[in-house]
Amino acid sequence: MASGLIGNRTPAPAAQATPTLAADALGKSYGQVQVLSDVSLSVRAGELCAVLGENGAGKSTLMKLLSGHLQPDQGSVLLDGQPVRLANPMQAEQLGIVLVHQEQLLAGELTVAENLFLGRELRRGPFLDRARMHALAAELLASLGCRVAPDMPVGRLSIAERQMVQIARALLVPRRVVILDEPTAVLTPHEVDALFAALLSLKAAGVALLYISHRLAEVAMIADSVTVLRDGRLVTSRPAAGLGELEMARLMVGRDMSTLFPPKAAPPPASASPALQVTRARVPGQVREASFSLRPAEILGFGGLVGAGRTELFEGLIGLRPAQVEQLVVHGRTLAHLSPRSALRAGIGYLTEDRKGRGLLLRQPLATNLTLVAPFQRFGLLDAARELAAMEQARTGFDIRAGRRDALAGQLSGGNQQKLMLAKTMLTGPRILVIDEPTRGIDIGTKAQIYRFIAALAAAGNAVVVISSEMQELIGLCHRVLVMRHGRVVAELEGDDMTEDAIVVHATGVGERAA
Amino acid sequence: MSNAAARAARPRRIDPASLAPFAALAVLVLVGTLLNARFLAPDNIANVVTRASFIAVIGIGATFVIAAGGLDLSVGSMSAFIGGSAILLSNASAGHGLGTALAVGGLVAIGGGALCGLANGLVITVGRLEAFIVTLGSMGIFRALTTYLAQGGSLSLTPDALQDLVRPVYFGSVLGMPVPVLVFALLGGVAWVVLNRTPFGRHVVAIGANEEVARYSSVAIGRVRTLTYVIQGGCVGIATILYVPRLSSVTPTSGLLWELQAITAVVIGGTSLRGGNGRIWGTIAGALVLESVANIMVLSNLVSEYLIGAVQGAIIIVAMLVQRSLRRN
Repeated sequence: MASGLIGNRTPAPAAQATPTLAADALGKSYGQVQVLSDVSLSVRAGELCAVLGENGAGKSTLMKLLSGHLQPDQGSVLLDGQPVRLANPMQAEQLGIVLVHQEQLLAGELTVAENLFLGRELRRGPFLDRARMHALAAELLASLGCRVAPDMPVGRLSIAERQMVQIARALLVPRRVVILDEPTAVLTPHEVDALFAALLSLKAAGVALLYISHRLAEVAMIADSVTVLRDGRLVTSRPAAGLGELEMARLMVGRDMSTLFPPKAAPPPASASPALQVTRARVPGQVREASFSLRPAEILGFGGLVGAGRTELFEGLIGLRPAQVEQLVVHGRTLAHLSPRSALRAGIGYLTEDRKGRGLLLRQPLATNLTLVAPFQRFGLLDAARELAAMEQARTGFDIRAGRRDALAGQLSGGNQQKLMLAKTMLTGPRILVIDEPTRGIDIGTKAQIYRFIAALAAAGNAVVVISSEMQELIGLCHRVLVMRHGRVVAELEGDDMTEDAIVVHATGVGERAA
Repeated sequence: MSNAAARAARPRRIDPASLAPFAALAVLVLVGTLLNARFLAPDNIANVVTRASFIAVIGIGATFVIAAGGLDLSVGSMSAFIGGSAILLSNASAGHGLGTALAVGGLVAIGGGALCGLANGLVITVGRLEAFIVTLGSMGIFRALTTYLAQGGSLSLTPDALQDLVRPVYFGSVLGMPVPVLVFALLGGVAWVVLNRTPFGRHVVAIGANEEVARYSSVAIGRVRTLTYVIQGGCVGIATILYVPRLSSVTPTSGLLWELQAITAVVIGGTSLRGGNGRIWGTIAGALVLESVANIMVLSNLVSEYLIGAVQGAIIIVAMLVQRSLRRN
């Protein structure tokens, strides 16, 4: 990565200057769950402040409070030292504060230029001034090192290019504060360099930058100050100078990583007959070729960047999206037909990464969700007694904590939703369990708990696949890790070879990593 | 549910929104009585409830379709089509005895309805098309087929003996209850159990609440969704069996705008048009609301009865607005 950029670091702005944007003891809760409490932070003109924290630490919530997407329950937002109420994102933008979302919010059918100018189109008389919009779009994109044609439909761009367009959209008009939520998660190193160059010129122009990232090496490279959140609280705010990656990781996690993961059971012998054997799976447009095998009692990790085809591979194998596979053998039996029903019968359970959109019926009770796959019945009618017993068992077995007995699935915290999904899938009696992003957006205590459940399920003889973007998780939990890149399995790592460096190298395809 | 402990552990929360259709009905009865005391006369009440039976029965089927996030616009013309077909086949088999003719007519109505529903459902699920477009198309097809069968005129049951034989299905009563009322009450009870107390009903609601979640839970979405249209078709068949005996004939305009009334009844009843919940008794109350409004308009002379359609059209819009504001709270 851009090691040359380090020398370009602009001098940190004078500490006594009034912060451009500040959070003063902000607090926010959803229902009974306090996601943020008493968090203060400030960023000055020309300063880049990195905000660190694990998933679920409250980073995104904080950024949304600072950009008018959410309203704080406690505390206030200060602009130039004066309290402001940001009723909505539009109002924040008028004051010069913009948030670049982590999710991609672009209209796929419209062109790059149309997306950039959506809602603030340039006109000449009553008509659109297409020529000027295209020229400005091309200029702005070039300054970000992004070579996409302004008249290209956004739907045809790569994920990284879309991310750059989204950043460009935020920078279309002069800003005072730019907030970036994991802008580099889907970028290649070359694109990251271009983005950093753009951020440095913003800094030089006196823009205050807030920057969320999980890539600590990047943070060490470009941040002036670092703010760390953990479980919705402020851990520290301090200058970045002299703060190494390891120290940042320790501050984020707040405890020794070794206690987060249960001790690893010995990997099953290589001679054990495989629980799942996949030969040349293809998912059109997503997975070019993937072959692998999985043994009983094994935890197999799948690493890679977003868009590498991990989720799509397993959704294809389960029959949730069109896929071809040369051979799919489950416990010695060849599965001829890929469909959710046949996967269920073959004993494959899949937990989606999209808990709210695809995993649970948010407006239905817990028991309905638990038994949705195959509701208990007696004489054709629902068996309420068995359902209740199963719910009790799931509640104690997976420690599902609901405020009230008649709570709806949507009222649970993310961690409890994940536990409910685990219980729901285990109720169908799978022997192969595929868990996609098992701890995304979950607090650290529940995380450790979910790791213990996964380890226990494997120890009981189930074969487990864990798809995760958190490298710590893959390394701490899995016996073996496969890395995917651009729709192919490119590496298999085992034992001491499982390191963050090795995973990143294979995931990005770059031979070296600046650190 | 036999287990008392289970019942105690699962407190029933009564959603105030679910009482709205019954409250609306009560208000209408009050208004109707104030405007014209004849409204509450037993024969008028019996008349209103009997006339509401077609929409109530079709609405019960529509509750399944809509709870699953679907829509069926073809029910009115489907009823005319299967009514016409049933009449033609009954007449043709009258030579084998009136009982045979009766059985043939009944089977054709229910079987034909189920088949029409199956066709709608398969095109929607296998063809992956919008229910709105598919049933808009089949609405046109069923209507034209009826006109074709009747050659632009009407189709009547013959001989007259057959007409006399079927008349009690609409005009008769058992223990003081009009037959159509017994039919929709019984059907409502069965439908309530199916929708609320069977795995199938739970899957209907699940695919309406979030089809993706159902798909990721290995629910056979296509089969469940298709079955809702088959149930809808069967209900149209039953409604047709109640309807034909009234006039013993079907014309190309029979069942006109029934789809609007059925969907209105469902929405008044508290079922969300987006799916995810289904209220059978609410739908029946909705059908009664619609028929009461029409009846009050006829009795009171406040508004021309030619405007009944306009008032019913306005009711669905108001019901949607009420539903939205209730959801916001």
